[in-house]
Amino acid sequence: MPALSPLARPDSVPQPASTPPEVIRNFCIIAHIDHGKSTLADRMLQVTGVVDQRQMRAQYLDRMDIERERGITIKSQAVRMPWAVDTTYILNMIDTPGHVDFTYEVSRSLAACEGAVLLVDAAQGIEAQTLANLYLAMENDLTIIPVLNKIDLPSAQPQKYAEEIAGLIGCDPTDVLRVSGKTGEGVPELLDRIVAELPPPVGDADAPARAMIFDSVYDTYRGVITYVRVVDGSLSPRERIAMMSTKATHELLEIGAISPEPAPTQGLGVGEVGYLITGVKDVRQSKVGDTVTGERRQAAEPLGGYHDPRPMVFSGLYPIDGSDYPILRDALDKLKLNDAALVYEPETSGALGFGFRVGFLGMLHLEIVRERLEREFNLDLISTLPNVSYDVRLDDGSEFEVTNPSEFPAGKIASITEPVVRGTILAPSEFIGAIMELCQNRRGTLLGMDYLSPERVELRYTLPLAEIVFDFFDALKSRTRGYASLDYEPSGDQEADLVKVDILLQGDTVDAFSAIVHRDKAYAYGVQMAGKLKELIPRQQFEVPVQAAIGSRVIARETIRAIRKDVLAKCYGGDISRKRKLLEKQKEGKKRMKMVGSVEVPQEAFIAALSQDGSGAETAKSKK
Amino acid sequence: MPSSFPPGDPAPADGSLPASALTGMPQRPFSVYLHVPFCRVRCGYCDFNTYTLPELADDAAPQGYLRSALAEVEMAGGVLEGAGTPSVSTVFVGGGTPTMLPATSLGALVAAVGERWGLAPGAEVTTEANPDTITPAVAEQLAGAGFTRVSIGMQSAVPHVLRTLDRTHDPARVATAVDAVRAAGLQVSLDLIYGTPGESLEDWRASLDAVVALEPDHVSAYALVVEPGTRLHGQVRRGEVPAPEDDDEADKYELADAVLGAAGYGWYEISNWARSPERRCRHNLAYWQGADWWGVGPGAHSHVGGVRWWNVKHPRAYGDRLAQGLSPAHAREVLDDEERHDERVLLGVRLADGLPVEHLRPTGRQAVAGLVADGLLEGRAAVRGRAVLTLRGRLLADTVVHRLLL
Repeated sequence: MPALSPLARPDSVPQPASTPPEVIRNFCIIAHIDHGKSTLADRMLQVTGVVDQRQMRAQYLDRMDIERERGITIKSQAVRMPWAVDTTYILNMIDTPGHVDFTYEVSRSLAACEGAVLLVDAAQGIEAQTLANLYLAMENDLTIIPVLNKIDLPSAQPQKYAEEIAGLIGCDPTDVLRVSGKTGEGVPELLDRIVAELPPPVGDADAPARAMIFDSVYDTYRGVITYVRVVDGSLSPRERIAMMSTKATHELLEIGAISPEPAPTQGLGVGEVGYLITGVKDVRQSKVGDTVTGERRQAAEPLGGYHDPRPMVFSGLYPIDGSDYPILRDALDKLKLNDAALVYEPETSGALGFGFRVGFLGMLHLEIVRERLEREFNLDLISTLPNVSYDVRLDDGSEFEVTNPSEFPAGKIASITEPVVRGTILAPSEFIGAIMELCQNRRGTLLGMDYLSPERVELRYTLPLAEIVFDFFDALKSRTRGYASLDYEPSGDQEADLVKVDILLQGDTVDAFSAIVHRDKAYAYGVQMAGKLKELIPRQQFEVPVQAAIGSRVIARETIRAIRKDVLAKCYGGDISRKRKLLEKQKEGKKRMKMVGSVEVPQEAFIAALSQDGSGAETAKSKK
Repeated sequence: MPSSFPPGDPAPADGSLPASALTGMPQRPFSVYLHVPFCRVRCGYCDFNTYTLPELADDAAPQGYLRSALAEVEMAGGVLEGAGTPSVSTVFVGGGTPTMLPATSLGALVAAVGERWGLAPGAEVTTEANPDTITPAVAEQLAGAGFTRVSIGMQSAVPHVLRTLDRTHDPARVATAVDAVRAAGLQVSLDLIYGTPGESLEDWRASLDAVVALEPDHVSAYALVVEPGTRLHGQVRRGEVPAPEDDDEADKYELADAVLGAAGYGWYEISNWARSPERRCRHNLAYWQGADWWGVGPGAHSHVGGVRWWNVKHPRAYGDRLAQGLSPAHAREVLDDEERHDERVLLGVRLADGLPVEHLRPTGRQAVAGLVADGLLEGRAAVRGRAVLTLRGRLLADTVVHRLLL
């Protein structure tokens, strides 16, 4: 039995399905990675008595190991907490994913709330993603409660950042609450503010049920767990429900609330937040943003804002050991159950063997999926350079959607369209020049610039997505000594002068290295790739030309000279064991060689050439 | 031998060998290697197991070494007792700088080997020597002690190359040493190194010409290898001297083969040339032909019947083991059939006599035609059933071995 806060006596706590909307407060926390959201959430659980000291573990709500290790929240959850002021209120804390790739999921979480706690590290100030989510919250008419966290840090500058926040949301700096998630200081006051300032949910209790899905998670034992916020009407155990986008109906096997563990309830009423279990096995059957209604008494109109997740970034994923291909396939099938945004189809590469072309929401999504595949399924993977999706129209009027550069259509191109994003960059103002130069290099168009404070500036750009999926964030960080933060959201398409550059080894195209790039950058890409491969591919018995070409036109060329000597000159009594062991190792290495035409390429060379740190190219340059 | 060891299994404390290794010993030639781990100075490129006396902080180290080495010969005799060990066909004293020891000490080592197993009639007994350490008197003493051959570490005839190698001898001393050795009735071999940073092709030609002018019986020429842990390795890493380049070394190898060939020296192993088949180094041939040998001394390697082992490296540890009546072996490996086959191929193909094609596995035999087509194996030899490297094949012997062992 958890220890309850002194004012929240069990008999006075409103129970799910019978909680008047007037005592409900639904809120989320908007914060940047590592600004302390999970620690603050932990403290709220303790202060409200939902979790006692003994049960407490750091970042209680983050379930997955990767989340806890990386300190980020991928999947949101909702926790019901009692908080007594004049009467006992029910606070539903809806956790939000904290990264740019999950903007849509964030928007659904925000749509389930009436207010948001804007949480900012008192030592770091607001970051671009936080700002983007803040704007999103303000657009949704959420009440914002500004909070500075980590005021216990010696480096905290609460006054400075309170002024910055006040400037952004139009409040008084003294309205900005100061808390420490670590010590718990200020947390009860924050809960009081939530009760006092957030409006209660409003809905029609007598209307047909309408509940919005703001998250959906696959659980091995229970199947898909769907998190909902009831807007109108109510849902009860054992009734049949319908998904409004697909018209699919399911039996409600369980309905409940989380406090902090899931527990069945007598149902969920207007304004309440909880979970549904229907026994479906795939999160695609329970889509974020969709509206749940009753089967018998169906709502006429769904709640607004739903759309299907759209992959923005594509990469080929290949097992380093070709015999792991079936494991990779099964692993993707399993991950898909829990990731509605993950799409993939088999593909074959001459250089890399059998793999999958996988679509992701963005780069973090890609990294997370890749890391989970490697960690949870013990796979060693190689991924091709990420690319975006292009619409290619030929002169004969035929159109193609290209998600893999090696499938670029042959024929005369009429037009190529690429996706663009609206990017927001926050940085100290001393770096404006460096950032503008970078964005210009990446074909960006400046939309506007604002000073958040005399030292901090917000720059808004339209940028081709292809230019930022590669290494934009690293370049931005290195040019701003790590101070800049970035957020972006899709903002349509544009026509661009793009070409496909192929890399050829002794005349044979290495499909894994084909890339679609802007014509002005084709030469640089070709020189860089040819140079990298020249350094990485061991000399063969014959001379091997490495070429970069647009169609049949060669734009860059390097030559791997034929090897003339590989013998170890000295091989006496003491050298024999070593030499034999070296030979055995080399024999193993041979097994990992891939043939491109008649050229033997160690798989490591492909991996190194595809690695995004650019070190291969840097090394190659410094050697010349 | 290089200063780091391959990984191996523990070796028995009494030095005993599995019965399988001893079977058939009477039918196999037997050799002895004696390692003398001392040098006056350590050269910057050298990673051999050798020490200067100040490093050892023990002026009595050479005497201690001699006692220990003689003790190991005794122990070896015990281990091989009853195996029908044949008399010793070759002895090779290497280092280090063996001639740091008085010729009488070297003689005592050879005598101990002879007493234990007997020297075969016409046995080859070689010592390595620095040009500085060979005087007519020393040469006479070596001849008197039973040596038949001296291998002189000339390395180069070009002063700046010798300096880069930290070799202290005056190039002119080489001729004196050669004369002294020859006057004492011993065969003489000269060792050269090519590919030293800063050595031009002309420098190398000058060294080869100097060697030819001295008319030694035998020439060894090794490409410089920058071994990790050497001073030269540090200099290369820091960019103070350029790293040796394979293409440069290939040019120099081809030049060596041309110059030596024109002067009547025939190659019989990738890095070795002799004026006639009788002047080949039989001791080194024993290594490449898979013979048995016992390596005596700190860090020395041995091979008997498919068992390879190597001694602890440091002279003190080596001496301590033997003083306690324990084997100085640090680790060993017992080769299986596949490993023995791989070694036979990798060593045999280095020789001008080549490798019988019938000894190869079927896939290896099938690879021969392709290697001939690629100009790596001699076509005519292949027709006669032997895999013999061409000049290009000698430089790409690693590739050849890989393809033969597929």
